[in-house]
Order: sequence, then structure tokens, then C-alpha cells
Amino acid sequence: MEQLINMVLLTLLAVITIGIIRVRNLFAVVVLAGAYSFLMASVMMVLDAVDVAMTEAAVGAGISTVLALGALHLTKTEEAAPRFSAILPLFVAVGTGAMLIYGTWGLPGFGLADTPMNTGVGLDYLNRNMAETGIPNVVTAVLASYRGFDTLGETAVIFTAGIGVLLLLKRFTAED
Amino acid sequence: MRLDTILRVCTKLFIPFIFIFALYVQFHGDFGPGGGFQAGIIVAAGVVLYAIIYGLNAAQRAVPKRLVEFLIPLGVLIFAGVGVWGLLIGDNYLEYNNLSHGNQPHGQERGVFWVEIGVLVTVSSTMITIFYAFAGRGRQ
Amino acid sequence: MTLINEVIAHYNYWITIFLMVSGLYIVVAKSNMIKTLLGLAVFQTSVYLLYLSPGKILGGTPPILDEGFTVYSNPLPHVLILTAIVVGVATLALGLALVVRVNEAYGTIEEDEIMDVVDREDHAE
Repeated sequence: MEQLINMVLLTLLAVITIGIIRVRNLFAVVVLAGAYSFLMASVMMVLDAVDVAMTEAAVGAGISTVLALGALHLTKTEEAAPRFSAILPLFVAVGTGAMLIYGTWGLPGFGLADTPMNTGVGLDYLNRNMAETGIPNVVTAVLASYRGFDTLGETAVIFTAGIGVLLLLKRFTAED
Repeated sequence: MRLDTILRVCTKLFIPFIFIFALYVQFHGDFGPGGGFQAGIIVAAGVVLYAIIYGLNAAQRAVPKRLVEFLIPLGVLIFAGVGVWGLLIGDNYLEYNNLSHGNQPHGQERGVFWVEIGVLVTVSSTMITIFYAFAGRGRQ
Repeated sequence: MTLINEVIAHYNYWITIFLMVSGLYIVVAKSNMIKTLLGLAVFQTSVYLLYLSPGKILGGTPPILDEGFTVYSNPLPHVLILTAIVVGVATLALGLALVVRVNEAYGTIEEDEIMDVVDREDHAE
């Protein structure tokens, strides 16, 4: 049953992506991207990734849509007609996709518990977590404690992005 | 009756609950999904909603630009400061084991608490600043 | 019967590859800069799927420890993808700021038209 819901949601994602490619009114494309983010959050819920689903819904469907609409307000909202035919990129894309699909044939199936990925460090964190940190949410414990340096770097990246946008877009007026 | 009124009244009712929900997500990040990033984005979304309905000037009177620009590096400093706190006690950088008089789970929870506060401050103020920058660029 | 089982077992990967290839196509083939940035976002979300799908365990539960459950899905990909999502939105914000500045400098956000202007300036020198 889980697999059925999973497959239906993923098919809907693929359909929306075709919409994002073909539609030329950028306002509609931004709204489609917001719907895509919500669907992606639902897929992540089905894949048991609850923290990630909340973050994707808040960030992808919330902030990204607001920023894209802000940028659209400052630029144009209609994409121009394509000038060159897109046969070569289409061939490159389809060829890459075919090779990748051939490569996934040897990967383990969906949802198995004895793959090398699920019996390595992740399982180790699940076993050690309660004794060492006492935090029930393993994702928060790993994010803030076991892999705290990565989170420090990520916070620095957000800081850098904020400074970068300020440098590019801030208007310095008399009262600043 | 202008339709504006419905939007303004509903927004006024919603915004306190949005901020309380952000605080709930922040502090319950230990026991369920949540944490600093999600809470920071929800705070920013509350301020953006206020700016959309009431206008950018009203939002910048409520949450001034200089305040949020000051808060962006403060979050990173809080995070790095927790690491230095570990150094001052005598442990490694960003080690939380002894932050609570030797009790390891309590020390870990204290370290994670302060680290998530740092993340909340930086993420919320950065998103609000970016929104102000985009919205303020259009007016000449 | 085994073909259907193979399809169900690998469907996640195939949709991930489709999204990845669509994002790549949008970035390469489209010349509108905002659409390129949104194509990049589609590409990034396909990579999130690529990491999260193998971490799921059928019959497991989200990785929040509780007495009633014994099988949990793998928490490590979730941590990595949380970081990736936030870095992705930071990149998108910077990219959109650059697009706004390009529009102010050249009056358009289509790469073809900007290349025309640049070529004309090069020939005029």
C-alpha cells in the first residue's frame, strides 16, 4: 500500500515537471514549482523523512515561491519564444537518462533493511543515541551533536547568502 | 465594505499563532520533527505575511531593517560561541558532554538547545533581510 | 510477475532520474534565466529523492525513538538532505538577486538577447 501511494505521488511529480518545462508564463511556472515542492514534501512523508518534509514544505513552497515572485515582480513575467531548436539538449538529456537507468538496474530494491546503507553508520547512530545524548529525535541529535560541524558550516552558508543578497540588492538611502 | 478588511482582520488574528507555532516547532525539535531551520523559516513567513497585507513600511516599523541585519551574524556567533564554551571548560570544540556539571545527556541537551537558538536567529533574520532587499528594490 | 516486482522496486530511482534529466534539460536548453534557476531547483530536489529513497525501510517508522517501535528508517540521509535543502534556497536567493541586477543592466533576462548585446558591444570596439 505504501508503495502504491509512493508511485502515484512520484508520477504526479513527473507530470508537474513536464508542465514546468513547457509552460511559458513565468508566473504559472512559479506556482507550479510551489505545487511541486508540496508534492515533494508529501513524497518525503511517505518515505518516513518527517523533518525533511517539514523543511522542504517550509523552504521550497514558502520562501522559494516568495523570492521567485519578488524577482518576477522586478523583471519580466513571460518567457520569449525559443530561438534555436532544442534537439541536441534533448538527445543529451535522453542519453544521460538511459545510461543512468541502465545503471540503477543493479541497485538494491526499495525498502530493504539489509542493504549496506542501512546497516552502517545510520544504524550505529540509532543504537547509541539514547545512551549518549538522551534526545529522542535522532535527526536533531545527529544534526546538532554528532555532525555539529556540518551545521555550523551550513549556518555560515546562510549568513553568506544573506550578506551576498544585501550587497547586490540593497539601496543605501539617506537614513542608513 | 472593501475586501481589504477581511484580509487585514484575518491576518491580525493569525500572526500571533504563527509565531507561537514557530516557537513550538523550535523547542519541540527534540521530541518530534522540528528544530532551528523550520522554526526560522516560519518566523520569516509570519513577517512576510505581515508585510504583504499591511505594506512594507508598516513591516519595517515593526521589525526594523537594522535589527534584522544585526541579528544575521549574531546567530552564527551564538553557534560558534557554544563551541568556544566547550573549549573553555577544557573539552574539544563543540563538545557538549560536560556542559551540565558532568551529566552527559543533560550536557548534550543544553548544547543542542543553544545551538538550535543560534540557527533560529540566523535563518529567520536572513530570510527576512532577503525579502526586504527584494521588496525594497522596486521602489525608486 | 517479476517484471512488475522489478518495476515497483526501482520506480523511485527511475522517477529520480527523470526529474534529474528534466532539470538538466531545463538548465541547458532554456535561455530565460529565472526558468534556468527553477530547473536547477528541480535538479536539486531529484538529488534529495536519490538520497532519501534507499534510506526508507518498509515496515519501519520515522527515526524518532519511542518504546513501541523497533525498526526505524535510516536517519543519516535525512540530516544530509536537511543541510542540502537550506543551502539550495540560499543559492536560489543569490541567483535571483543576480538575475534582478542583470535585468537592470541589460533590460532583459533572456540569455540570447544578452549575448546579442554583448556581441554588438564587442564588434563596436
